[in-house]
Amino acid sequence: MVRTEATESAVQEGSPAAATGSDAAVSIRGLHHCYGELQTIENLDLELTEHEVIGLVGPSGCGKSTLLELVCGLQEPSGGALEVGGGRTAAERLAACAFMPQHDVLLPWLSAIDNASLALRSQGSRRREARADAAELFARFGLDGFEAALPRELSGGMRQRVAFLRTLLSGKPVLALDEPFASLDAITRGEMQAWLARALSDDPRAVVLVTHDVEEALYLCDRVAVLSARPGQIVDEMAAPAPRAPDRDAAVTAPEFVAARERATAALRKGMR
Amino acid sequence: MSRWLLPAAVLAALIGAWQLAASTGAVAEALDLAPYLVPSPGEIADSLWQNRELLADNAWVTLKEVVLGFLLGVVAGVGLAVPIHLSGLLRRSIYPLLIASQTIPLLVLAPILVVWFGFGSGPKLAIVALICFFPVTVATVAGLRAVDPEAIKMMRTLDASRAQLLWRVEAPTALPSFFSGARLAAVFAPIGAVFGEWAGADSGLGHMILLDNGRLETARVFAAALLLTVIALGLYGLLALAERRVIRWR
Repeated sequence: MVRTEATESAVQEGSPAAATGSDAAVSIRGLHHCYGELQTIENLDLELTEHEVIGLVGPSGCGKSTLLELVCGLQEPSGGALEVGGGRTAAERLAACAFMPQHDVLLPWLSAIDNASLALRSQGSRRREARADAAELFARFGLDGFEAALPRELSGGMRQRVAFLRTLLSGKPVLALDEPFASLDAITRGEMQAWLARALSDDPRAVVLVTHDVEEALYLCDRVAVLSARPGQIVDEMAAPAPRAPDRDAAVTAPEFVAARERATAALRKGMR
Repeated sequence: MSRWLLPAAVLAALIGAWQLAASTGAVAEALDLAPYLVPSPGEIADSLWQNRELLADNAWVTLKEVVLGFLLGVVAGVGLAVPIHLSGLLRRSIYPLLIASQTIPLLVLAPILVVWFGFGSGPKLAIVALICFFPVTVATVAGLRAVDPEAIKMMRTLDASRAQLLWRVEAPTALPSFFSGARLAAVFAPIGAVFGEWAGADSGLGHMILLDNGRLETARVFAAALLLTVIALGLYGLLALAERRVIRWR
């Protein structure tokens, strides 16, 4: 499937979801997954509507990253139903999902703008068109003037921005983000969360965000699911009080936010066993 | 600059010691040899100058063998590495044989190749290529496999085809490794050319060394050997330069 208008939300019309009549961007039912003898995910249900951002928090090794790979069609689950963008096969899920790995994984030999437009190039755009599409986002998201910079010349935060724009420019309806800001210092992480919130308000997608930072999940997501240690199960699920509020610092200190954070942390602790 | 200073100083000291040992006749005396069999660096330099035309003609022959054979070896090496990387079947079937093939002594192969291909440049190119392809293949396969698995996942979800993954991610990742293999090959290439010439030739530095050794023209043997070293170092240097031009992102 080739999408040339990548900056548009590709789900709007003619998406596979519309074709099969399902309105969920991601639908997971009774999912379980094993690595050999090791059960990593057990009986997991999750539903994600279009433009909804869901956070998955859980201890290390709870199968969060595996879950993302299953959603993206990079792996086949051992059992259960998994539907992404209306498609059930790995190839259909792959076509509906863009994956942002834990480390930015920018290709060191490509300039920032060529990294960001990788998906457009894969999808058949000429270099000039791909750069033009990406340049528009660079201007909107604070990367002006860094188009030609090599990744090693960028700061950690900027590298993550480029990595996110690369994911966004794929034009896929579902974005899978694997601890995108884990490698950043606390201050930069806060800035990046506010930046991502703005980017998602500007260009909404269905997002599955994996993190072990409860605050990050509660600020960025509409809903947060807390996973237990292996085998991963959802032990608690809650709506975030003020998803992607413009003033991040105010949002994360509001009483409702603090209460939600306490609740999620308690669930997380219980799930560690 | 200081990177060169120390090795240069050691080299100068060694040449000086050699000059002293040879010109005083100490080595010849110790080995009970006629003094002209142990030439000093000065005499070698003199021989290099006196025989410059002869040496240049023969060096040109060997240089062509080295460079062409090296290029053939590199093309064959990469040409083998990519299919071996792409196909699990080839990796399991051909790769072990390739490694085993390196136990065949090329010195033995050289005369056979001369029997098959004659006294021309054919067998020399073949031997140089045979020596060069192996380090290139092994290094390139290793380089292609060194790709970050996260990058592969990312590229797959960004709709990259197998060819695009190879071209945009795996090939650039493999470049540093490829260059180290090629540099190794460059060092071995002149040895291959000399093997080939020893097995049968009518020109070239290896051929000259063989004849001059019989004629006890020891100084000229050293002069020819020096030129072989220059060829190897020159090729190595060119590759290091190319690597720095190509891999700008480090």
